[in-house]
Amino acid sequence: MIKIEEKLFQNRYKVDEGRPHIQIANPSVCSSTCEVQACTFACPAACYSATETGGVELNTDGCLECGTCRIICSEHHNVDWAYPRGGHGILFKFG
Amino acid sequence: MAEKFDAIVVGAGPAGNAAAYTLAKAGLNVLQLERGETPGTKNVQGAILYADALERIIPDFREDAPLERHIIEQRMWVLDDKSFIGSNYRSDEFNSEKPNRYTILRAPFDKWFSSKVKEAGGLVICETTVTELLRDESGKVIGVRTDREGGDIYANVVILADGVNSLLATRAGFHDEIAPKNVALAVKEIHFLPQEVVESRFNVKGDEGVVIEIFGSVTHGMVGTAFLYTNRESITLGIGCMVSDFKKAGIAPYTLLEELKAHPAIAPLIEGGEMKEYAAHLIPEGGYKAIPQMYGDGWMLVGDSAGLVNAAHREGSNLAMTSGRLAAETVIALHNEGMPCTAAHLARYKTAMDESFVMKDLHKYRQLPDTLHNNPQFFSVYPQLLNRAAHTMLTVDGEDKHSKERAIRKSFVQRRSLWGLMGDAFRMWRATR
Ligand SMILES: Cc1cc2nc3c(=O)[nH]c(=O)nc-3n(C[C@H](O)[C@H](O)[C@H](O)COP(=O)(O)OP(=O)(O)OC[C@H]3O[C@@H](n4cnc5c(N)ncnc54)[C@H](O)[C@@H]3O)c2cc1C
Ligand code: SF4
Repeated sequence: MIKIEEKLFQNRYKVDEGRPHIQIANPSVCSSTCEVQACTFACPAACYSATETGGVELNTDGCLECGTCRIICSEHHNVDWAYPRGGHGILFKFG
Repeated sequence: MAEKFDAIVVGAGPAGNAAAYTLAKAGLNVLQLERGETPGTKNVQGAILYADALERIIPDFREDAPLERHIIEQRMWVLDDKSFIGSNYRSDEFNSEKPNRYTILRAPFDKWFSSKVKEAGGLVICETTVTELLRDESGKVIGVRTDREGGDIYANVVILADGVNSLLATRAGFHDEIAPKNVALAVKEIHFLPQEVVESRFNVKGDEGVVIEIFGSVTHGMVGTAFLYTNRESITLGIGCMVSDFKKAGIAPYTLLEELKAHPAIAPLIEGGEMKEYAAHLIPEGGYKAIPQMYGDGWMLVGDSAGLVNAAHREGSNLAMTSGRLAAETVIALHNEGMPCTAAHLARYKTAMDESFVMKDLHKYRQLPDTLHNNPQFFSVYPQLLNRAAHTMLTVDGEDKHSKERAIRKSFVQRRSLWGLMGDAFRMWRATR
């Protein structure tokens, strides 16, 4: 297994504590209607994980702000996606 | 804020910087807004900089732009699980006084480009996210709302250079959300190594550089490619595939990257390096057919927010800079003629784009995204066949060459059938002619 945390550890972030910029719009859609849960494997920062009860959990701390989760949820449009407040989030040193 | 600008540019990537710089240099009153801490802190690229597009904006950029290496050699590799077959093009002509392509790092590069905007008289404000476009009763865009207090600002025209995730354009209804089949997700890492090691490993000296474009088994049959670029004292390594394919394949992007790093063709090149950053970004690869309306009453789209990427040639930043410049030139001309930035007048931007290499190139490859999407064998079957063919021909084992050739031909026909092979050749020709 690859430890994604080790990769993210190299990155610089200014986390906007208590103000996640992305939210799952309606959690019950993830557990009842969505079969693929593509966000749980396609997010390059592994921000989404499947829960034991069949739902999806989101933690945006390591988010790379790529936008994949929003686009890949193309059937349910269940990701409320916004950019973090100015100056916050990932801060690439090299890009 | 009562002040009204001639133009507001949203975003300080290559498209936004090109637009803001061109406007400021012409003496227009321009405000540029960027959500990053400094320009570049949100941006990710391979990255190859094509000199021509920048030279048309800042002719003497070579004097102080943070460039890594100029490219003297390009390798194209087709990977199988254990092997690769490839081609090289290296030329001393690329060592000319004015090299044509460079590797760059986007964070320092964008910061430098932005400093030129300020020098030219543009007002650049960072750490500010634009949240909404302001419109009058007729629907004309008249300014922007930001996440700063009292953050409404007005202008004659708003140029959206906010990149692939143009929330502003989608929310304003300028175009639909991007479809997963029109966008690739790329992940990349940067590995630091002493300068001498980079140079000896890639057989270069001074600031000469090598780039390797890679496809084959590393994408697990998904439509996508990988890349390895040499910087001054680091190596950039990444891989990207279509988002729709990730969804189908159920593979995590970082798994692909780990497999790429472990591949016997790649591992020795990054050995001993220290990984210092992991990044991900989308690339709008829908091509010509996916380009939205690029202008309207009081607004224009430039760069990635207009989907301007030529995936076949891995060109994006140069299309971004060119569109930014052409958008700015349109606004400058209207300003000088005393004409308002209505849709009818801004249509000149589209005309200028159609006459430039940007739209001509994208038009030439307009069928390619569909062709690749519908013919996954280009990314699965062929890389294997080519590698096996090379292996067969190069293994000296007492079997005569004629029989080996026959076996290779048979392997191709078995996997794709004669009609399949001819069809593939035809499809590829049609998609790129
Ligand atoms: C992995 C990868 C490799 C690539 N390799 C190459 C290559 O080798 N050569 C090449 O030419 N192209 C390459 N490209 C494509 C190239 O990076 C893009 O085409 C180019 O960066 C587009 O420039 P842009 O200015 O339109 O957008 P961006 O560079 O994405 O800039 C958009 C800017 O807008 C800002 N922004 C967004 N929304 C807001 C908002 N609401 N408020 C304020 N600011 C906002 C962002 O922070 C950002 O600074 C590559 C892309 C990727 C992802
Ligand atoms: S934007 Fe990208 S990195 Fe952030 S949560 Fe979504 S998929 Fe993951």
